[in-house]
Amino acid sequence: MKLALRLLATPWIWSFVGALLVFLATIIFTGGVGAGGIVTAALSLAIFSVIVGVGQMFVITLGPGNVDLSLPANIGLASAVAMKTMDGNDALVAVGLAAALGTGMAIGIANYALIRVLRIPPIIATLSSSFIILSIDISYGRGLQIKPPPGFANFTNVQILGIPLLALIVVLFTVLAGIALQRMVYGRSVLAVGQNMRAAWLAGIRVERVRFFTYVLSGALGAIDGALLAGYFRGASVDIGNEYLLTSIAVVVIGGTSVAGGKANVPGIWGASLFLVLLLTMLNTFGVSPGLRLVLTGLIIVGVITAAGGQKALR
Amino acid sequence: MTALAEAGRFPARSQNVARALRAVLPALSLILVLLGIAWLNPRAISYLGFNLMLNLAIPIALATLAQMFVITVNELDLSIGPFVSFVGCVTATMLRDSPLLGVGVLLVCIAIYAGLGALIHLRRLPSIVVTLGMSFVWQGAAILLLPKPGGRPPDWLLALMGWKPPLVPFPIIAAIVIAAVAYFGLMRTSYGAVLRGAGGNEQAIGRAGWSLLKIKVVMFGLAGVFGVLSGLALIGTTTSGDANIGNGYTLLSIAGVILGGGEFVGGRVSPIGAVIGALTLALAASPLLTFMHIPPDWQVGANGAILIVVLAARVLISRREARR
Repeated sequence: MKLALRLLATPWIWSFVGALLVFLATIIFTGGVGAGGIVTAALSLAIFSVIVGVGQMFVITLGPGNVDLSLPANIGLASAVAMKTMDGNDALVAVGLAAALGTGMAIGIANYALIRVLRIPPIIATLSSSFIILSIDISYGRGLQIKPPPGFANFTNVQILGIPLLALIVVLFTVLAGIALQRMVYGRSVLAVGQNMRAAWLAGIRVERVRFFTYVLSGALGAIDGALLAGYFRGASVDIGNEYLLTSIAVVVIGGTSVAGGKANVPGIWGASLFLVLLLTMLNTFGVSPGLRLVLTGLIIVGVITAAGGQKALR
Repeated sequence: MTALAEAGRFPARSQNVARALRAVLPALSLILVLLGIAWLNPRAISYLGFNLMLNLAIPIALATLAQMFVITVNELDLSIGPFVSFVGCVTATMLRDSPLLGVGVLLVCIAIYAGLGALIHLRRLPSIVVTLGMSFVWQGAAILLLPKPGGRPPDWLLALMGWKPPLVPFPIIAAIVIAAVAYFGLMRTSYGAVLRGAGGNEQAIGRAGWSLLKIKVVMFGLAGVFGVLSGLALIGTTTSGDANIGNGYTLLSIAGVILGGGEFVGGRVSPIGAVIGALTLALAASPLLTFMHIPPDWQVGANGAILIVVLAARVLISRREARR
C-alpha cells in the first residue's frame, strides 16, 4: 500500500498508466488479436522518440527558454550523412555512425556558439540553425533515397522473442542516462543550473561547460537517432525527422519533466513515448480519418496532462 | 552571467539604457533589412513594392501579437500556427456560405482560447504541453473542414485586404494601427500594467487583490482574438484556404516577439517591437532573398542566416552601449 502510494506520487507513473490504458483499449477492440505484434511495433517505434527525448530532456532541464529545435533538421542531415558514408557497404557501418555522430556534435557546438557568443535565446538560435542545417541537407542529399547497408538495416529490425534488439539496447542506454542524471556530477550540475543558474555558478559549478556538454549531447543523440531511423525505414530523407520536433518536447513533458527546468526524470520518457505510439496505433485500429485522429490525439494529450495535474506550487 | 554582474554595478543607468535599447533595436533591425532591399533593388522601395512585399506581413504581425500576449504572462503558445490555419479554413468556407455560423464558430474558438487560460491557471499545467495538444486539435479540425486546399473568403474581407489607400500602402497603415492599439491597451492603461505585472511577479499581483485567473483568461482570450484576426487577414490576402496555411506561424510568432525585444519571462514585452519584428521577419523571409538571387536549395538556410545576423547585430550594438 505504501509502495502504491509512493508510486502514485512519482511524476512519471501517469505516462505508463496512459500507455497501458490505450493498449488495453486497442486489445479489447481487436478482441485480443495481435497483442504481441502491437507491443513489438510499439517498442520498435518508441525507441526513436526515447533517444531524442533524452537529449531534449537534458536541454529542457537547463532552465526556462532552453530547448533544442534543431533536432528534426539534425536527424535529417545525420541520416543522409550516415547512409552516404556507409555507401551500402556493411564494412563501413562504424565509419558511417561515427560520421553521423560527428555531424550531430558539430551541430551541437554550433548551437551553443550561437547561444553563448551571439547571446541569442536558445529557442531562436536552434530554430535559425535548423533552417541552415535543412538547407545543407537539401543540397547534400539532393533528394536521393540512399539505402542502408543490408547488415545495418537487419540489425535495426532484429527481434529476440518479439522484443526488438534495439529496444533492449535503448533500455540499457536510458538506465545509463538515468544514472548520469541522478548520480553523476554532470547530471546533478544540469539539475542545479536548471533550478537556479546564478546559485549554481556561485556554488562553483562551471555553468557554461555544463550547457556546452548538454547541447553537444543533444546534437549527438539526434544524429544517432537519424542514422538508426534511416536503417529502420531503409533509407535517409530530408523530412525523416520532422515529427520529432513536437514529439521530442511532448515525451519529455508528458513524462513528468518540468518545463521550468531543474526537475527531470528518465523513466517518464519511456512511458510517454510508448503512450504516444500506442495512441496512434489505437486510433489507426479504430479506423478514424487522419483529421479526426489528430483531433483525438490532441484532446487525449490535453486530457492526460489535466488528469495527471501540473507541478505543485514552488512556494 | 556578465549581464547580471553589469546590472549589479550600475543599477539605475544600465536599466535605463536597457529599456531604451529594447525600444530602438527592433527598429534598427528593420532598417537594416530595408537598407539591404533598397541596395539590391531600389525599385522595391515604392508604393507598389511595399504593397507586394508586406501584404503577408499583416497576418504575421497579428499572430506575433497573439503570441506576445501569452508570453507576457510567462506562457508559450505552440498552437497559434495551426489555430491560424483552422481560422483560415473557417473563413474560406463557413464565413462565406453561412456568415452567422462562421462568426459563431470563430467566437467559440476565442472562448476555447480563454478557457485554456483558465485550465492552465487552475490546474497549474505547463502551457507548452496544453498548447502542443491543442495544435493537434486545430490541425485536425482544419483538415476535417477543408481536406483539400480551396474555398473563398467573403467579399468584404477581400475588399478590405485589397484596399489601396492614397500615398501610404495599406499594409503599413494596418501595421501602424495594430501596433498602436496593442501599445495603448497593454502599455498605457492601468489594467495593462497589471497584466504585465502578472508576468513580472505573479504573487505580488495576486496579493494586491487582482484575480490571476481573470488575468490568464484575458491574456489567452486576447491571443484568441488576434489569432482569429490573423487568420482573417491571411485568407483575405491569399484568397483561398489550406489546412496547413498558417502552420509556420508558431515559430515565426515566437521569433517575432523575441526580435521585437520581448523576453520569455518577466512580463517584459513590447507591442510596437513585436509588430516591427514581424515586419522584419516577413521582409527577410522572401523579398530580400529573391533580390539576392539565392538558389532554392539555400533559401531556408539564408532565412536562418539572416535571423542570426539581425540578432547578432543587436547584441553587438547593445554590448557597445552597455560599455559606454
